[in-house]
Amino acid sequence: MSTVASLTRATLAKDLRLEWRSKDAINSMLFFSLLVVVIFSFSFDPTAEESRQIAGGLVWVAFLFAAVVALNQTWAREMRNQVLDAYRVSPAPPNALFLAKCIGNFIFVTVLQALMTPLFIVFYNLRALGPAYQLPIVAVLGTWALVVNGTFFAAMSLRTRSREIMLPLLLFPISIPALLAMVEATGAILTGEFSAKFWIVLLAAYDLVFTIASLFLFGFVLQAE
Amino acid sequence: MPPVSDQRLSPAVVVTGLVKQFGRFAALRGVSAEFAPNRFYAILGDNGAGKTTLLRALAGLTPPTRGEISMLGTTNLRSVCSQLGYMAHPSLLYDEMSGMENLRYFARLYDVSNKDQRCADVIRAVKLDPSLTRPVGQYSQGMRQRMSLARALLNDPKILLLDEPFSNVDVRSAREMVSLLVGLRDAGKTIFLVTHQASLLKGAADEFVWMDSGQIVSRTPDLHSPSENQ
Repeated sequence: MSTVASLTRATLAKDLRLEWRSKDAINSMLFFSLLVVVIFSFSFDPTAEESRQIAGGLVWVAFLFAAVVALNQTWAREMRNQVLDAYRVSPAPPNALFLAKCIGNFIFVTVLQALMTPLFIVFYNLRALGPAYQLPIVAVLGTWALVVNGTFFAAMSLRTRSREIMLPLLLFPISIPALLAMVEATGAILTGEFSAKFWIVLLAAYDLVFTIASLFLFGFVLQAE
Repeated sequence: MPPVSDQRLSPAVVVTGLVKQFGRFAALRGVSAEFAPNRFYAILGDNGAGKTTLLRALAGLTPPTRGEISMLGTTNLRSVCSQLGYMAHPSLLYDEMSGMENLRYFARLYDVSNKDQRCADVIRAVKLDPSLTRPVGQYSQGMRQRMSLARALLNDPKILLLDEPFSNVDVRSAREMVSLLVGLRDAGKTIFLVTHQASLLKGAADEFVWMDSGQIVSRTPDLHSPSENQ
C-alpha cells in the first residue's frame, strides 16, 4: 500500500511538473471553457431566474467538454517517445499510475472550475437560493466522476487510431447518470426548489463503483497492446 | 571474454515455439532458442525480420500469440521485470524534463536505493553530465540515445534488452557504448542487442543471432551472415 502511495505521489509530482512546463492541458481547457461561457451568455441572454434553471447544465457540460481536452493530454504525454512502455516494463503497480493520473486530472479540472466559476456567476447573474454549502460537495464528487471515468477510457482509447473521437464516444454515454446527478443537484441548490441530497448520494455511489471498477480493470488496460 | 563456466549455468532466457501474430501477419513464427547467462548476443536481420518483436516479447511488452518465454527460471515475466533493463528505439524519456529528473522518476519506479548517486553514476557511465539542466527534448539524438541507455541501466538489471542503441550515434560514441556494454557483460549481465550496425560489435558480442521472416535462422560466434556460411 505504501508503495502505491509513494509511486502515486512520484507520478503525480512528475505530471504536475510536466504540465507546469508545457501548460498543454490547462491552457486549452481554459480557452475552451471561456468560449462556452461567453458564447452561451450571448446566445441565451437569460433572466436571473432562467439562469438558475439552466446553469447546472451549462456549467457541467462546459466542464465535461473541457475535461476531455485534459484527459486526452494526460495520456498523449505518455505516448510521446513511448514513455508508457518504460512504466509497463517496470515493477511499479498499474494502480499507482492510474491514481496519479486521476488526481492530476482532478487538480487540473478543479483549477479550471476555480477560475471559471466567478465568470459563470457574473455572466449568468447566479445566486444560490438553496443550501450553498452543498455546491462544493457536488463539485468534488462530480469532478471525480468525470476524471475517474475519463482517465480510464482515455487509457483504453490510447492505442486507437482516432482517440480524440473515441474518448467522448466511450465517456459520454457512461457519464450520463453522473452528469444527470450533477446537473440536478446543482439546479436544486441554485433554485432551492427541491433537495439535492438524493442526487449527491447517487453521485457518491457512482464515484465509488466506478473508482473501484477502474482500479480493478486498469492493469488489463495498461498491459494490453 | 565471458567466464568459461557460462555454458554450465542454467539458461538466462529460454524461448519455446514463440509465435506473434499481428492480424494475419506473423512477426514471429515459432522461435525456439536458449540463451546462456553472462553473454552478449547481437540480434541481426533485415527490416521486418522480427528482431524488435522478439525483444518486446522478452521485455513482456508484447504478449506472444503462442509459445512460452522463461526468463531467469520463471515464465512469469512480471516477477522478474525488476531485473530487466529495456531500451527501445524511441527514448522512453519525457522531453520536458532534464536527464536527471527523468532518471530520478524512473529510479522511484524501481525503488532504487541512494537514488541521486545512482542516477548520477549511470549518467556518467554513458559519458553525459548529470548536472545538465537542459530538458531532454533539447538534447541531440545521440545524447538522447545515451540517456536512454542510462535509464535502462538504472536498476542494475541482470538482463539488458537494447533496441538499436547506436542509431544516430556517432561512431566514437557508439564505440564507447560498446565498451561499456562489454564491461557490463563481464560484470555478469546478459545482453541482447538489436542493431543494423553489426560491425561495431565485432570482437565484443559473444554470439550473432540472425533472424529472417520471424525465425532465428542462424547463430554464429563471429560476424558472418548465414548466407556467407553456406
